Amino acid sequence: MFTQLKKEWFGNVRGDILSGIVVALALIPEAIAFSIIAGVDPMVGLYASFSMAVVIAFMGGRPAMISAATGAMALVMVTLVKDHGLQYLFAATLLTGVLQLIFGWLKVARLMKFVPRSVMVGFVNALAILIFTAQLPHFAGSSVVMYVFVAATLAIIYILPRFVKAVPSPLVAIVVMTIIAVAGGFDLRTVGDLGNITQSLPSFLIPDVPLNMETLSIIFPTALALSMVGLLESLLTASIVDDMTDTTSDKNREARGQGIANIVTGFFGGMAGCAMIGQSVINVKSGGRGRLSTFVAGAFLLFLIMVLGDVVVKIPMAALVGVMIMVSIGTFDWSSLKAFTKIPITDSVVMLVTVITVVITHDLSKGVFAGILLSAIFFTAKISKVDVSSARKDDTLYYKTAGQIFFASVTDFVNEFDYQPEGIKNVHIDFSEAHIWDDSGVAAVDKIVLKYRNNGIKVILTGLNEASSSMVKRMAVHDKQDAKLSGH
Amino acid sequence: MNGPILLASDGSSHALRAAEEAIKLAKVLNKEIVVVFVVDFDQSKRDVLHSAGAIDLEQKRRKQLQGTEQKIREAGVSYSVQLLHGMPGPAIVEYANKEAVSYVVLGSRGLNSLQEMVLGSVSHKVAKRVNCPVLIVK
Repeated sequence: MFTQLKKEWFGNVRGDILSGIVVALALIPEAIAFSIIAGVDPMVGLYASFSMAVVIAFMGGRPAMISAATGAMALVMVTLVKDHGLQYLFAATLLTGVLQLIFGWLKVARLMKFVPRSVMVGFVNALAILIFTAQLPHFAGSSVVMYVFVAATLAIIYILPRFVKAVPSPLVAIVVMTIIAVAGGFDLRTVGDLGNITQSLPSFLIPDVPLNMETLSIIFPTALALSMVGLLESLLTASIVDDMTDTTSDKNREARGQGIANIVTGFFGGMAGCAMIGQSVINVKSGGRGRLSTFVAGAFLLFLIMVLGDVVVKIPMAALVGVMIMVSIGTFDWSSLKAFTKIPITDSVVMLVTVITVVITHDLSKGVFAGILLSAIFFTAKISKVDVSSARKDDTLYYKTAGQIFFASVTDFVNEFDYQPEGIKNVHIDFSEAHIWDDSGVAAVDKIVLKYRNNGIKVILTGLNEASSSMVKRMAVHDKQDAKLSGH
Repeated sequence: MNGPILLASDGSSHALRAAEEAIKLAKVLNKEIVVVFVVDFDQSKRDVLHSAGAIDLEQKRRKQLQGTEQKIREAGVSYSVQLLHGMPGPAIVEYANKEAVSYVVLGSRGLNSLQEMVLGSVSHKVAKRVNCPVLIVK
């Protein structure tokens, strides 16, 4: 236990400290930009990124994963912030944490296997599209200078890594563009025009909202959506970090950790956050493997906020828009476009429905629900095909059935039989390759038997597997005296 | 450096030609082949996203090595497969030096020519930093 803890914290000190610093630098532009998407002051996202990272370093289940303020969460909270204000966001963040803690205790991680991959692909693609479209209002009524700045930011972000790898290129782009904007005296909107930066440590606060049912009814829907979106992205990120580092992680502990981190974040005036795929990949690539890397990322971020507060307000929005366009390009799963021709059409439909639902409702959780629902329906339709073949011998008709007999397949199943065969006295139905799943299935068997019986034909059922036959014995009426179909 | 022959493979046609040379070497030297497949960090996200769980993920990656494995099997050389994670160049170098392999065999270029332009070729990096003889197959 102790040696495990020591390894998770101090197994890779040098690599963890360096990568943590890189991540802290890379987090600044994103935390500010996500705050602006959510419609809150940059400090709210920066404090959140600090407290999420530090708390997760201790409580998370996946060492080296980075949690902070994220685009997915920011997008979910937009309406709440606009309609009810910041205090309700803090309250919703607390409630998000409590819900995630409960989900974690209920071992929610095992439910991840019910989320099909096409839904996950739809989730990241929708996220990328929303982050991109959230940038478009910044262009409205802007001058050519704005476009030039955004293009220059993107050029630095994508070209610089060919020559310099140690410093995150988005940060360099932000610094360079800010210097050019200030020195050149360009008339550009800055972060300061959209919010305030205070060079103070986050302090403990209790959200200033009335403690009543009305408040709960305002924050609960948002908190529920936040908690699910947060867990979904966190557990996906954990799987990616698992794969990158070739190690395993405790997903339920991670879910509980996300809950605790959000509760703490809510009390310190931050917005709800979750794990970030992009930053976690940067961390592992930069050499981060242990909990120390996540801790250093959070702690160094706070240090930077204290030092850089004055500078942050001068950052031109154009530079942040550029960074967000980069984030959206990096988030989008481009291989899913190529996959269209290779994967089953139903998978593509599920992915598209997930994306379209999110883009229309602006709520990632609704898209995930729509996607899961649709893929469940597709799956049900796929396995509801039953196969019935028949052979005749003297006055006996032999039926062989194969497939899943349940509510979705019974109508076709019952119609496969010929109930008035010429010169037949006995019918044998072989179920050895079939499975009866529910009372609809049993009712179907009843119906078939009784229909034959009405026509004066004796029916023998064979080959029922154990589960099916116990279900038939328990619920069927055809073997009870004076059986009539009204039993169901 | 008495270990097996390391064959780096990404499933490309270059890697397949490298496999042929590795087989020749293995037969002459009477050694085993260890096929090393490196999963790039950037590939992890895509692969995890597109697979249903760890078993599916492993199977999909093994599929890319099918051609290589078949060649070695048909030649009657015994072999094993090793999946590594990280940047292809450094990952191969680290493994080769740690396991003290007797030869490293790899193709002159791989699947990702764009990355090669930006970062330099994997084969060049490996040749510079590995402690054993390296065979780069054109």
